[in-house]
Amino acid sequence: MTNAEAQKDVLPQNERQNKPMTKARYTRIQMKRNWQGYVMVAPFLLLFFAFTVVPVVLSILLSFTSFNMLEFPELKGLANYVQLFLADDLFITAFSNTIMFAITTGPASFILSFVVAWFINELSPRMRALVTIIFYAPSISGTAYTVFAIFFQGDIYGYVNGWLLRMGLINEAIPFFKDTRYIVPLCIVVALWTSLGTGFLSNIAGLQGVDHSLYEAGAIDGVKNRWQEAWYITLPQMRSILLFGAVMSITQAFGFGAIVNTLCGNPSTDYVAWTLQHHLTEYMTVRFEYGYASAIAVVLFFIMMAANLLVQKFLSKVGQ
Amino acid sequence: MAKRLRIRNHRVVLNRSKGGDTGITILLFILGIFMFLPMWYLIITAFKPLGERNITPPLLYVIKPTLQNFIDLFSNMNSTWVPISRYIFNTVIISVAATFGCLVLGSLTAYSLSKIKFPGRNWMFSVIRYSLMISSTITGITNFFIFVWLGWLNTYWISIVPVWASTLGLYLMKQFIDASVSDEMIEAARIDGAGELRIYWQIVMPLVKPAWLTLLVTTFQTVWNAGASVYVWSEQLKTFNSAITTISTVSVGASSAGSLVMLSVPVIIFIINQAKIVETMGSSGMKD
Repeated sequence: MTNAEAQKDVLPQNERQNKPMTKARYTRIQMKRNWQGYVMVAPFLLLFFAFTVVPVVLSILLSFTSFNMLEFPELKGLANYVQLFLADDLFITAFSNTIMFAITTGPASFILSFVVAWFINELSPRMRALVTIIFYAPSISGTAYTVFAIFFQGDIYGYVNGWLLRMGLINEAIPFFKDTRYIVPLCIVVALWTSLGTGFLSNIAGLQGVDHSLYEAGAIDGVKNRWQEAWYITLPQMRSILLFGAVMSITQAFGFGAIVNTLCGNPSTDYVAWTLQHHLTEYMTVRFEYGYASAIAVVLFFIMMAANLLVQKFLSKVGQ
Repeated sequence: MAKRLRIRNHRVVLNRSKGGDTGITILLFILGIFMFLPMWYLIITAFKPLGERNITPPLLYVIKPTLQNFIDLFSNMNSTWVPISRYIFNTVIISVAATFGCLVLGSLTAYSLSKIKFPGRNWMFSVIRYSLMISSTITGITNFFIFVWLGWLNTYWISIVPVWASTLGLYLMKQFIDASVSDEMIEAARIDGAGELRIYWQIVMPLVKPAWLTLLVTTFQTVWNAGASVYVWSEQLKTFNSAITTISTVSVGASSAGSLVMLSVPVIIFIINQAKIVETMGSSGMKD
């Protein structure tokens, strides 16, 4: 098709004149032709702006102010951030705890969700469906993780304590969720238990979708075992799905607070499991310092974005 | 020298040693027990009579299963000033309204972004994609101001409307439509004179049934499991989830029965739709 014909094809009847086709004019014509598209996305977009885009932008603006809901926000420049990083010891605790939780649970849940999906990929379809449910159910079962509170109950009636006492390994019950040595590892275990969610399912689907002839070609070209096959064929084929799984893991790894609150109380002993989420909630619902709370939200926002970009960089290297 | 080939399901098994298979099975079995044990414990606790719950250490099986915990949950708790049925009613109302709105808006938007070639749609979709990377903690503060401004504090709306703007289901649906509905088919329908709404409803929606079922299930799960919003303080408007948290301080039996009711709904819905959901997830990939 020549260029002139292509233009004819694009233009509606009444606009088919000899005006030169600029990019702006083309865009305008396309907008007019597809106006229904705008109408159809408008309701969603309105809500999406109101509940996601505006809050993020507004948080960034508010983080430079001091605001208590009663008076008009007062501009403070970078004072909130200076205070956060230089004067607020608890923030530093929260910051390092959040990072620590994220770099343990994030990669662990990501790897677990791929490895388990990879293991069960070769089971028969019926068996695969059953195992999928066993692994996926904890992530959709809401408050079920509170059962760990009974397992690790701090008195002699708890399951773990009961067994340890019976076997004579300890002399008195360990208050697991109150003892600073156990809180963090236990919370990580519970978080991992609930973490095989959407990313896990997409890995299962992605593995099913890998073209089988690639494996045959690989075997002829000298792939010797399943590990080489995974690294040279499966992982590169799965790259875009892995990226989706990584985004899911990261978002989950930074939203850690509820588990800590339920199992260890709020605040946890000596603030060992105090995260940015807790710190933010404290300034928002107890102290009503919205400007300061916004600054915490902005810090969290940038950490999450940085984590996502880093992981994208890393995943583009897989299988090379 | 020729190697002997292993055959499974009439197919040659490539690159699989028997030792590796055994090792993986054992590892999977151990992981499976770790995942299933707490679930199992939750299930049996709901059927344990009072006497058996106090044995130390707790048993991993029930000697005399009873439904007393469920009766306690539904009858005794009714004598408090808000009956348990009210909490369940709230949760059902909120879950259904939120899921329905999310389905309508999400599918309509996914279709337009995927098949109506209006300028700006790529930009819109990349904003939506980036929004998957942030958690609700970040938007929480300013959402509060918006709720105040709209006068929604202490109402159902707070738990319903923000869900309509959630992006995960929309994202999955858009990817699925991209992958499974061809542009040519839509173009043909347009030439035959079908309007956009008609194409959306009569052509695309039936074709992408797995995708909207997935959106339905994932949204429902999230809303169903959502705890009490901080901005709802009337006991009559709180959800089943928050009721269980309250009950757990009073009666372990009733609360474990409640937890079982709570978790069985999303799990059963997932089991029914599993095949469709896994199919949809196949096109969830993100291009970098």
